Amino acid sequence: MSAAPARPLVADLRVADRVDAAFTAEPGEVLAVIGPNGAGKSSLLHAVAGLVDVEGSARLGDTDLLTLPVRERRIGLVFQGQLLFPHLSAVDNVAFGLRSRGEGRARAEAVARDWLERFGIADLADRKPRELSGGQAQRVAIARALATEPDVLLLDEPFTGLDVSVQMALRIELGRHLRDFPGIALLVTHDAIDALTLADKVLVLDEGRVAQVGPPAEVAAEPRTPHVARLVGLNLVPDGDDLMAFTPDAVVVSLQEPEGSTRLRWHGPIATLAPHGDAVRLLVHASPDLLADLTPAAATELELVPGREVWLSAKATAVSRYAARR
Amino acid sequence: MVPAVLATLLLLVPLVAMVAAADWQALPGHLTSPAAIDALRLSLVTSTVAIVFCLLLGLPLAWLLARVDFRGRGAVRALVTVPLVLPPVVAGVALRSAFGRSGVIGGPLLEWTGFAFPFTTYGVVLAHVFVSMPFVVIAIEGALRSADPRYDEAAATLGATRWTTFRRVTVPLALPGVVAGTVLGWARSLGEFGATITFNGNYPGTTQTMPTLIYVTRQSDQAAAISLSLLMLLVSVGILVALRDHWLGTP
Amino acid sequence: MRRLAALVLLLPLAACGGGDDGEDAAGGGARLTVLAAASLTDVFDELATPFEEEHDADVTFSFGSSTDLAEQVADGAPGDVLATADEASMQLAEDAGVTGEVEPFATNVLTIVVPAGNPAGIESLDDLAGATWVRCADEVPCGKVAVSLLDAAGVTAEPVSLEEDVRATLDKVASGEADAGLVYATDAVAAAAEVDAVEIPGAEQALTSYYAATLAQSEDADLAADWVAWVRSDEGQAILGDAGFGSP
Repeated sequence: MSAAPARPLVADLRVADRVDAAFTAEPGEVLAVIGPNGAGKSSLLHAVAGLVDVEGSARLGDTDLLTLPVRERRIGLVFQGQLLFPHLSAVDNVAFGLRSRGEGRARAEAVARDWLERFGIADLADRKPRELSGGQAQRVAIARALATEPDVLLLDEPFTGLDVSVQMALRIELGRHLRDFPGIALLVTHDAIDALTLADKVLVLDEGRVAQVGPPAEVAAEPRTPHVARLVGLNLVPDGDDLMAFTPDAVVVSLQEPEGSTRLRWHGPIATLAPHGDAVRLLVHASPDLLADLTPAAATELELVPGREVWLSAKATAVSRYAARR
Repeated sequence: MVPAVLATLLLLVPLVAMVAAADWQALPGHLTSPAAIDALRLSLVTSTVAIVFCLLLGLPLAWLLARVDFRGRGAVRALVTVPLVLPPVVAGVALRSAFGRSGVIGGPLLEWTGFAFPFTTYGVVLAHVFVSMPFVVIAIEGALRSADPRYDEAAATLGATRWTTFRRVTVPLALPGVVAGTVLGWARSLGEFGATITFNGNYPGTTQTMPTLIYVTRQSDQAAAISLSLLMLLVSVGILVALRDHWLGTP
Repeated sequence: MRRLAALVLLLPLAACGGGDDGEDAAGGGARLTVLAAASLTDVFDELATPFEEEHDADVTFSFGSSTDLAEQVADGAPGDVLATADEASMQLAEDAGVTGEVEPFATNVLTIVVPAGNPAGIESLDDLAGATWVRCADEVPCGKVAVSLLDAAGVTAEPVSLEEDVRATLDKVASGEADAGLVYATDAVAAAAEVDAVEIPGAEQALTSYYAATLAQSEDADLAADWVAWVRSDEGQAILGDAGFGSP
């Protein structure tokens, strides 16, 4: 099987009631797709894979993937929940794609074992999926998708349901494999860390539409949707044609209306109040919802409890202001 | 609790009573009679051949019903269950209307080839397939429906054709249902009587299966009929138990 | 719980024991249950009408194979009269000690039946060779008669099927699946619309005789005896004769 040729993916996908999104991805690039639940992230992946009805195009060089049957698309899909074939051993799962594409049994198995070796689980080759831990099963699932050397690798929430420590280890491992992967990788995630650490580019999906595309650092610094702002822990306030972003620790909490000329003040009842690192984080139902961090001592002194009306304000110097649309 | 005990008794007592009524002295003679051996052999052969046909034809149908949304699927599914509730004699009459010497298919068949199903072993297999197919299709369709179709999608993304997916993923995942359907269908076939005798009659060596032999023997020799029934009971229970242990994995 | 289970088990038995006492029969008249060989179905129905009028009684039938009925009667099944199509079945009931006096009331002979129009051109027993033909199984009365008749005639042709009873034999011919079959003359008469009969010369050498007897379990022994007498009366014999039966 030849290595994937260097061709960009140019996609314009429309899935009825779910997705209407155009994007491009370069070979070797990891494109993270983030957005709230129901934004159409999985539908986008399944549209590229051919598992949902879709209109538009997904050109890989001269080929429109959407015109091909699923099995001819040279894609590798890592499903949410892995979907390893329960009746096949780990090595047979990984060899499945090669065998389906006409590789002989011995050769397919050798390649599959090699992939398990790369993921450090060669000793589990003969186990059935039910005998594997979550992290082990996810490694097998990724190896299964990569073993066919796909042009496009699709990862659907690959760390969901795993222990935090397992997520960390697997994230580092996946990052290594993605660096070596010559094709295009689309990574659907709801975790900002995945997007920030693994992606070359982040695509923010909101109600099926592309809300923002850019390098991870840019998206994190200047989020355009409340969802991404929340993911990266920023307050986001619209102001005319601009957006204002600021960190929760730049917010000052008081019981009386702050004096002075600042326009940057809001008030509303405290919705929740919870420890956050060394601080106490408030979620205040102002318009819009805002986060505020303050010291435990300050929280006690102000006698803050959920339901209590508070005033929030921010210094203009702590606020980053940018255009809402480019 | 009480209904469960009653149900068990209701099923068990007649069988135990039959065992108790057996003439153990005469039993070996009854069972080794040429008629008994012929009938048992014919029963095993016809049921086995019938179940092979049921699987060859029924598996694709079950898959179609479970996985492909086509026009009239509900009607086909309902139709498949009809032989299940049909009195066996009616099944025999229906088979005759289709495959009898002047039947819709049987008539032209006889004219062109000189072959007719009635009174032949082929006719017995045909009747068995007709009555057993619903069990096979329904059990397998149920298993296929409860199997997660996303596994099929996973196979497709890995480059598998529909056939490869069916063979290496769909059927293995539905295997318990396939085995259960096969056993049920085979057992139904082994016990089949009404449709066979109506459609094919009864002749030793060609159409006389165990149930038919038991029925006609009962007319003249009750003890011999009980002996033969015991043999049927033994064969059925034996095979069901063997399959239960080795295939169905029931705890 | 155990007592309840026992009670529920016994209930159906109690229902069987007490359900047939006839007191609840419609019309207030007496009630007679006749267990009769299947070949008597049509003619007994015909015989019942004048009998019911004369005795202001209600006659119900249970038709089945003679052997089955005899076994049921021997097991104590409720009923007033048993009528069998052979001697052996009646003997079975007699041996169980449940019959009154056993009386022959009719005879029957075998005949060849062919599908309407006789497509295979069967004219005699000899024509059966090479034809697709059926007869009753050796184990049932009509089969026993057939075997002795065929032996006497020196016919060695094998049938394609040994049917479980005479109705099934007739059915195979009427449906056209078989070219010919051996059934009772009475069955040929009853099914004259669907089959043609070909008489067998010398068929009376292998007669089958019908026997009737009152039953010990009868609730109304007089009425039971009246039925047997009615069947054997001149008038009864005439009706039987019309249906193709011979005199005893």
